[in-house]
Amino acid sequence: MEFARHLPYMQPRAGSGSLILIVALGLVGVVAPWIAPQDPLATNVAVALKPPSSIHWFGTDAVGRDVFSRVLIATRLDLSIAATAVALAFIVGAAAGTISGYFGGWIDAAIGRLTDTIMAFPLFVLAMGIVAAAGNTVANIVYATAIINIPTYIRVARAEVLVRRDAPFIQAARLVGNGPPRVLAFHLFPNVLPPLVVQASLNMSYAILNAAGLSFIGLGVRPPTPEWGIMVADGAAFIISGEWWVWLFPGLVLTGAVLAFNIAGDGLRDFFDPQKR
Amino acid sequence: MARLIARRFVGALAVVASVIVVTFFLTRALPADPAVYFAGIGGTKEAIAAMRVKLGLDRGLLTQFFVYVRALAEGDLGHSLTTGHPVLDDLARRLPASMELTITALALAAIVGLPAGIAAAIRPNSWLDHLIRLVATFGVAIPTFFMGLMLLHVFYFVLGWAPPPLGRLGSFAVPPPHVTGFYLIDSLLSGDLSTFFAAIAQLALPALTLALFAVAPLARATRAAMIEVLGSDFVRTARAIPLSRAKTLFIYALGNAMLPVLTTIGMVFSFLLGANVLVEKVFGWPGVGSYAIDALIAADYAPVQGFVLLIAILYILLNLFIDIAVIIADPRAAGV
Amino acid sequence: MMSEIGAIEPLLEIEGLCVNIASRRGNVAAVRNVSLSVAPGEILGVVGESGSGKSVTALAVIGILPAAACVAQGRVRFAGRALDLTGRHGGDRDGLAIIFQNPRAALNPIRPVGRQLVDALRVHSSLSMGQATARAVELLKQVRIREPVRRFWSYPFELSGGMCQRVMIAIALACEPRLLIADEPTTGLDVTTQKAIIDLIVALAARRGMATVLITHDLALAGERCSRLAVMQGGQVVEIGATAEVLSRPREPYTRSLIAATPRADQGARPPESRTLGGLVPKPLLLVEGLCRDYRLRNAGGTAARAWARLSHPGEARRIDIVRAVDNVTFRLSAGESVGLVGESGSGKSTLAALIVRLIDPSAGSILFRGKDIGAIRARDAARAPHRREIQMVFQDPSASLNPRHTAFAAIAEPIRRLGPLAGNRQLDIVVRELAEMVELAPALLTRLPHQLSGGEKARVGIARAIALRPSLLVLDEPTASLDVRVQAVILDLLAKLRSEFELTYLFVSHDLAVVRRICDRVLVMRAGCIVESGMTEQLLSAPTHPYTKELVAAIPHAVVSREHCHTAPTG
Repeated sequence: MEFARHLPYMQPRAGSGSLILIVALGLVGVVAPWIAPQDPLATNVAVALKPPSSIHWFGTDAVGRDVFSRVLIATRLDLSIAATAVALAFIVGAAAGTISGYFGGWIDAAIGRLTDTIMAFPLFVLAMGIVAAAGNTVANIVYATAIINIPTYIRVARAEVLVRRDAPFIQAARLVGNGPPRVLAFHLFPNVLPPLVVQASLNMSYAILNAAGLSFIGLGVRPPTPEWGIMVADGAAFIISGEWWVWLFPGLVLTGAVLAFNIAGDGLRDFFDPQKR
Repeated sequence: MARLIARRFVGALAVVASVIVVTFFLTRALPADPAVYFAGIGGTKEAIAAMRVKLGLDRGLLTQFFVYVRALAEGDLGHSLTTGHPVLDDLARRLPASMELTITALALAAIVGLPAGIAAAIRPNSWLDHLIRLVATFGVAIPTFFMGLMLLHVFYFVLGWAPPPLGRLGSFAVPPPHVTGFYLIDSLLSGDLSTFFAAIAQLALPALTLALFAVAPLARATRAAMIEVLGSDFVRTARAIPLSRAKTLFIYALGNAMLPVLTTIGMVFSFLLGANVLVEKVFGWPGVGSYAIDALIAADYAPVQGFVLLIAILYILLNLFIDIAVIIADPRAAGV
Repeated sequence: MMSEIGAIEPLLEIEGLCVNIASRRGNVAAVRNVSLSVAPGEILGVVGESGSGKSVTALAVIGILPAAACVAQGRVRFAGRALDLTGRHGGDRDGLAIIFQNPRAALNPIRPVGRQLVDALRVHSSLSMGQATARAVELLKQVRIREPVRRFWSYPFELSGGMCQRVMIAIALACEPRLLIADEPTTGLDVTTQKAIIDLIVALAARRGMATVLITHDLALAGERCSRLAVMQGGQVVEIGATAEVLSRPREPYTRSLIAATPRADQGARPPESRTLGGLVPKPLLLVEGLCRDYRLRNAGGTAARAWARLSHPGEARRIDIVRAVDNVTFRLSAGESVGLVGESGSGKSTLAALIVRLIDPSAGSILFRGKDIGAIRARDAARAPHRREIQMVFQDPSASLNPRHTAFAAIAEPIRRLGPLAGNRQLDIVVRELAEMVELAPALLTRLPHQLSGGEKARVGIARAIALRPSLLVLDEPTASLDVRVQAVILDLLAKLRSEFELTYLFVSHDLAVVRRICDRVLVMRAGCIVESGMTEQLLSAPTHPYTKELVAAIPHAVVSREHCHTAPTG
């Protein structure tokens, strides 16, 4: 694959560092059940609200569960929610945006109207509304996050297609015998894809934030399922009494994941810029 | 120009229309009987049945929609099960709290973020630039609710500077006479300085939390726009004449950079309206966001739908305002 | 022209200037040990191709180098005073002014041009607002802008390129300059506008006793207007001297190659290759009759388009909804001919080219290729039509016409893969390499991506791709416009060679009559969508009949090489 040709030239930079972090997160998510030192669901009121120690690296929460193990397990839930939502939004949004930009006309107008409508709602608020209406389940969190992210992909895909639709190299592609479908698939889309992939990486961070925010206010994930947002919410109750570890560690890991995807997105943007290779 | 502005108006109305359609479907997708929510507390079987007829639930979807729109036009957003009041009243009463918070946060973010972006752009790759970019990268990554908790922990629990997160005025102060609903303004208007300071103390941390969230995108957008403009040909001409540095920077460069920044402010406001909800929860701020959350948890859905509609309309209004500002500021948009 | 070297104190003196630019590949010496001088009132031409360092020198003198560049060494003296070369915000340069290429971009897009002029005036004088405004209007009049009071309030996007440049000149004049640096002031403007702007600059210089440094890549232009010439290459001054000397007796090989490559108006045209057999006129390969193409201007973002339409169709009705880009065009091409299609921007020549190549559909009229109406087949369906192989195009901008993600090999191979009979990958490899050889492209470059190739190499890839299927008709849309002049000459020679080798028919679209002269037998002159004149190249250029053609011919810079300007001083 073309990607492999450029591996020797990738220099260690922030972008690569964040990629490593993301891979690490993914691995943690996969093997978490086996590497977690304690059972994330096991309660033990006797050791409730204990600060970090050698047994409980991140301390314990209000019912004595090990925060560290719960943070590890939460990784898989948070990442899979975000990844699924982004994948859905990407597929639907990229397709709709490309078609909208290339064919124009009433298709473009209709998709544009749909995009404007979704974007008229502050996205978190819309997610709240969708989950409220459709029911308080994890699946709905995924769908809500996907829906509110679709307009981003539509906009990016459409803009990139419009820029290139009448470009000389597209005209040249037509001249050498490519019909509209081939031009769209083999000439236009490969050039439109990179900005979309960059967007996907940045979107991952936004999707993670969104999912965590929704569970923070009590939507989607129910206790005792470990999830970063809900763990921070549990810890918020102790802000006045000072048991800081209950909310700090999940929050830090959450921030770290978001940061990693942001930096990776920036790094990908540089990577795909053919001028910089 | 007037024609273009009028068209923007019409466009905004069209979006409002589609938003209303969406919220209609959201209300109809409720897991339970909408009539119950619109009937309110103490809804007897007969009252609920009567509400069903009134809402048109026994008739077709299109009729229901017209019923819904007419109700909206009359200001009827249903009743809240938990507070017992009409949703519209509750929202109207709590909106000033949210607006005061959001507007203060936006103002703070702009006051810090715009100059920071400009400073970073004037000296690219200096330590200041790197610092600002670092802060911006982190600022965008830290979830608002987490940031709020951290700030509370540091400034309230550890340092004791901030008051406990108990709402807009804490336990001891009394709200000033109602003029705008903004406690900062109202207390100044009535000359009550102690209330003013109490209000500021309570507002400080939540506004700071929100502001930190907004500073990052504003600073980044300003920096990017300024860097691009400072490298443009017409700024080079300004330097060649040579126009004074102040004039070059503020009138020639900044004037052009403001156009994309204005658009970013619109986007940031959208994020703020969403993040507002989270901050209100963390700090117990009695705004529309916490109202909606409480209602949501209590399975009281009419306030949630009302809240979604209200926020959407606010956002559309703000975007309209920004669109018009851009039309006025940019002669190329208005046309000859 | 007075250039009594040594007798008069030079107005501007550059000594040993070295400027470095920090780039991704490290420090690049953009200007290396450049020494120049300009006497009061004289016009010095600085000629060079891209990358020669001529613009960077100008920026260094004015003191507005970009952040990445810095002056490593050297001194500059102006009117006896040493200039500070370290600042980035041009200051303390009283009497020095500069105008740039691309004038519309050089003006603040959201400020009326008159206000920008007033800004400049108030820096250089102590006029009040009212006085400055009056003076601004007067300056606009001096640069020959009609309706100066109305134009005071115009924004740059409402003005044509030529008008924007006049405003720039007015801003320069506001600085009361004793020396004006003009950095490619006419590049990108229409040919007739170019002449008008240069005439204006020269007239103003003469009237004010202002010295001028004319920086340009166009040797003919510099040769026509300047008394002294400096030739720059790779950051150094390669040759400098009186214009006539440099042009008639160039010392350096680079200068010689530059002179040889410059298409000159007085150069004898090639004799047309006659393909008629004993007076018989062969059936036309391409017959275009009554061809029209309309564009509907949309209201919504059409402001720029409407402004443009108003400029190109002056005096017509306010509400311009339809622009007729090609208006009732009729002409024919015979097999083996090379016909030039000449016009300025907005003439419709590119639209006509796109119509013939079947990228867009005509609104009316017919296009007959070998007797078959190819206009009837919609552009959408043209990809697999039988005529697709026969009519190909070489595009103007080689960078934009190559897919940035395809290698040179893939680009050349594609037409064969899509439309050619293919006998397997090995066969394809052989064919592509053959094509590369024909266009003199080194085989090692085939695996490169477009951004790794030079302008000339990209142009060759585009040509190889166009001839891959051995088309009969090749439409070339300004194929050399973005290339340096020496590369242009080589590519033009290549095109001539290919044409005779493969018996191609060329339709060569260009704005540059001098280029067309080198390669075309016949010329069609287009203006505002119509063909105003057509004829054999030599005839049309020496004795044009239509007033517009006369304007175009008059606007071609004539480099002064003829005998009467040669000094009889002994040569070295």
